[in-house]
Parts: sequence; C-alpha cells; structure tokens
Amino acid sequence: MGKTRRRNWDRLLRELPLYIMIVPSFVLVLVYSYGAMAGVTIAFQKFSPAKGLFGSDFIGFSNFVNLFSMPSIWTVIRNTITISLWKMGGGIIVPVVFALLLNELRGKFVKRGFQTLVYLPNFLSWIVLAGVFMDILSPSSGIVNTVLGNMGVAPIFFLGDKFWFPITMVVTEIWKGFGFGSVIYLSGLTSIDPALYEAAEIDGANRWQQTLNVTLPGIASLVALMTVLSMGNVLNGGFDQIYNMYSAAVYETGDILDTFVYRLGIESAQFALATAAGLFKSAISLLFVLVSYHLADRLAGYRIY
Amino acid sequence: MKIKTSTSRKVFMAFNYLILTTLSLLCILPFINVLAISFSDKIAVTERRVGFWPVGFNTAAYSFILSQPAFLRSLLISLERTAIGVVVNLILIILTAYPLSKTKSEFRARGFFSWFYVVTILFSPGLIPGYLVVYYTGLMNSIWALILPGALPVFSMLVVMNYIRGLPKELEEAAYIDGANHVQTLIKVILPLCAPTLATVTLFSFVGHWNSWYDGMMYMSTVDKYPLQTYLRTVIINPESFFRNVTNVSSNLAVYLGLVNARTTSAAQLFLAMIPIMLAYPFLQKHFTTGLVLGSVKG
Repeated sequence: MGKTRRRNWDRLLRELPLYIMIVPSFVLVLVYSYGAMAGVTIAFQKFSPAKGLFGSDFIGFSNFVNLFSMPSIWTVIRNTITISLWKMGGGIIVPVVFALLLNELRGKFVKRGFQTLVYLPNFLSWIVLAGVFMDILSPSSGIVNTVLGNMGVAPIFFLGDKFWFPITMVVTEIWKGFGFGSVIYLSGLTSIDPALYEAAEIDGANRWQQTLNVTLPGIASLVALMTVLSMGNVLNGGFDQIYNMYSAAVYETGDILDTFVYRLGIESAQFALATAAGLFKSAISLLFVLVSYHLADRLAGYRIY
Repeated sequence: MKIKTSTSRKVFMAFNYLILTTLSLLCILPFINVLAISFSDKIAVTERRVGFWPVGFNTAAYSFILSQPAFLRSLLISLERTAIGVVVNLILIILTAYPLSKTKSEFRARGFFSWFYVVTILFSPGLIPGYLVVYYTGLMNSIWALILPGALPVFSMLVVMNYIRGLPKELEEAAYIDGANHVQTLIKVILPLCAPTLATVTLFSFVGHWNSWYDGMMYMSTVDKYPLQTYLRTVIINPESFFRNVTNVSSNLAVYLGLVNARTTSAAQLFLAMIPIMLAYPFLQKHFTTGLVLGSVKG
C-alpha cells in the first residue's frame, strides 16, 4: 500500500513541472474564453451592466422572443446565409480551378511568379483592403468606374447600391482568398501518382480525359473535405469585410448577423438582446461544426487533434 | 512525362496563360492604382488621370502623413502590441504544447487539458460576452486588452503540439535517462528541433496582431489609443473629415496642402500600413504554406 502511494507521489512530482507550465495559459483561457462562455447567460437575463452578471434577473427566453419579433432579424438571417453560401461555393470552386490551371504549367519559375501575385491579398487586413476598394470602386472617382465609363457603362455604385453590395462582397472575398486557398489543392495535385497519368496515356487518353479521369478523382476527397469543413461558416457572412464597407443604404441586402449584433450591442448598448443574437449564431454554428468534423473524420480521417 | 504539343494543347496553353495572367493582374492592379495615387499630384487624381503610374510624381503625401502625430502614434501602438503580443503568444504556445504533447501515461491530466483548449475553437460565445469580460477585468483602454484575450492562439498551439509529437521519442527518452527534468528537456532537446514550426506560428501571430483592428475599436475609447489598423478605419470611413481635422500646423503645411488631398493621403497611409506585411511576405509565403498543410492534412 505504502509503496504504491509512494510511487504515485513520485509520479505527481515528475508531472508537477508540466502542470506549472500549463497554468498561465490555463488561467488566461479560463478567464477570457470560459469567462465569456459563462457570459452568454446574460442572454437569459434582464441585464444591466451596473448589476452585473450575478445581480441581474433571469427572464427566461424573452430576449429571444423579442429578438425574433424584430422585423429586421429575418432579413439579416437571410442576408447572412445568402452571402455566406455564395462565398463558400466560390471559395471552393475558384481555388480548385486556379490550382488545376496552374498545375498545367511546367516552368517552376512562372508558377512561382503567379503564386506570388495572387497570394498577396490574403495577408492584408480588411481595413487596408476596404480602403483600397472604397477608392477604386468609387462611382465618382474610382478607376473601375473610369474604365467602365470609357466603355460606355454608366457609373455603378458597387458599395452603395443594394443590388451590387452583396455581389461585391462575394467577389472581393473570393478575390482575397482564392490564391492562398489554392495551396492546399496544389499540394493535393502534386501527390497524385505520376504512374496513373502514364497508364492513362498508354490507354490513349488525351489531356482532357486525363484531367477528368485522373486529376479530378485524385483531388475529389480533398475538395469534399474542404467543403465539409467550410460548413461551420454558414452563419459567418464576414464581419471584418462587411462592417468596413457597408452603410445604412445597403442594410436591406448587406446587413449580416455579426454586424447586426455589433450595432445592437456596442452601438445601442442592448447587451442582452445582442448576446441572445450572438448565442443563436454560436449555437447553430457549433452544430454545423460538430457535424462537419464528424463527416470530415468519416470521410478523410481528418481530426483537429 | 512527355507532353505532346498538339494544336489543341497549344490553344489551351495560350488561354491558360491568358486566364492566369488576368487573375494575377486582378490581384495586384488595385494596389498599384492606390500606390500610384499616393505618389501623384492632387489635380491629376481629381481629374481621374491616374492609372497605374504616378502622374506629377511627388512624395508630399508621405511627408505630410509622417508629419502627423496621429499616424505615428497609432503606428507605435501597433508596433508595441505586435511585439508584446507575439512574444506572449509564443511563450504560451510552447508552455502549453509541450505538456499536451506528452502521452496520457506521462501526463495524466492531458485528456482534460486537451478538451479544455479544443472547446474554445468549437464554440465562440460571441462579441458581447467577450467585450464584457474585458470590461470586468479592467482592461479597457489598456494595451493588454489587445493581447490577453487572445494570449493563447489555440490553432497554433495544436500545430506545435503535433510537431513535437512527430519528433523521435528516443530523444526525450535519452534525455530522461541522462537525468534531465521536463524543463531541461524542453529547453535543450525539444525547442531547438522546433525552430521551423515556431517560425510558422510566430508569423501567424505577427500577421494576426498587425492586422487586428476590431479589438482596438471595441476596447479603446479614444482615437489616440487606437492601433494603426483601427486608426486607419477612421481615415477610410471618412477621408475628408480626417483631412479637415489635421491639427499639426507646421510651416510646411501650406506647401503640402497645395499638393495633397484626402485621397492621396489616404492612399499613402494604406500603403504604409502594408509595408510590414510586404517585408515579411517572402517568409509568409513559405511558412503559411507549410503551416496550412501541417494543420489540415496531418492534423
């Protein structure tokens, strides 16, 4: 008996440094991540900042009832899903096509050159990019409308017109991410066994048939995996992007859940209502993320840890 | 593999080059236009004569911006939060990844801690609760509000953890037999081997901190505490009002005002904010690629 206790004690002593190492991040994550998670309870409270989290009264689901009786919430949910689905679709297709096209090039130097140019926007913030787009897309002075004007097209108010705004958001999001998004597919393409192409060629397949029968099946599982993993973003319209480019004129088609929550919470100080809206988004997203991770594991043995 | 260069192949390749060139130009021309505007004369800009080359080349917009305390102040705040933030991130990544890289028998609480961190990736409580925690922990208007809430980047930590697990187990066993404790093993054996993956996560953190803007907007109550990206937002949202509120009346101001306007100065500031990313760009390309493949394929 004494011996096992002694051994346990030795083991704990040996593990002790590991506990000490992990304590700082444990405490910070506990306070800032779990503290915030605990904070979602204010979605069920008649919250007042003065009374705080523990002093405010619980009122059940009435914040949610109020939230879903706001006329704008349904527009916001519809906008969010529309914009995010288009972004998800384009965010898969364009990088895949780009990777396929780039993969046809043989010169390493040329390939590298194209990659260097298209990866750049990925690393810049939406603040800088919003500044660039506000300048070039301006109907009165931007270069895009200058060029369109020379071709006889009337000026288009890309960021102020409720028809064009969501389209501009989808296109600029894909523009920012497609280059870097293609990295994963390029690495998938290089791992296809060259013997398969040789075999196809011996069988008389031309380049197009090789693409259809060797290349595409070769990256199909990767495309499926990336599609599944992007599912968790279904309620992410892209706060960083939209908040920096939208205006009241395009709320009808461009206001998304995150921007709605921000205005409600930070600008109007409706903390409980905004938290309820945020919790609604988080809960649905969690569901999608869990399903997508499960599918990714089944499909491709993908695990985050 | 030999490629037959049939006519159809040649036509395809011509189109392929055309498409790839168009896409590349679409990615880069917006920046070149803005760069050209920043170096152009304000009259040429107003008359919409500036394309991809400066018209009436001058550097007045830059001298003007660099004489403005607002820009320099937010630049310093950004440099400070990036420097402190990256160091804090890196230390916490190492101190968390090492214990979690142990097997269950070496570190019995491993299962609990793994879930503890992974849950934070799966569920985000949203904007307002995060804001309130920062408020109640008294960090409002402090630079630590930009650092502590994201002090441990969990995804980066998992990348490093997986890397350590991929190292040959014999190294640690040899260190253990030689009587090294965990701290010695970590510093003398593991860390030197982790240099490539640590470079990757350092760059993740650098880009994250440099580009971050919305924490500045939420947690700082006055513009003079804004980091650069947050400050830039006030400029791009309303360039004219920024331009009218210029406070520094230096002797050169009148000269500058003859040459620059809201658009050229905004363009100059956007470009200045891009410079650190451009400087790191060669490394970013290399390390973000390996990081991406590490994170998603191997997992």
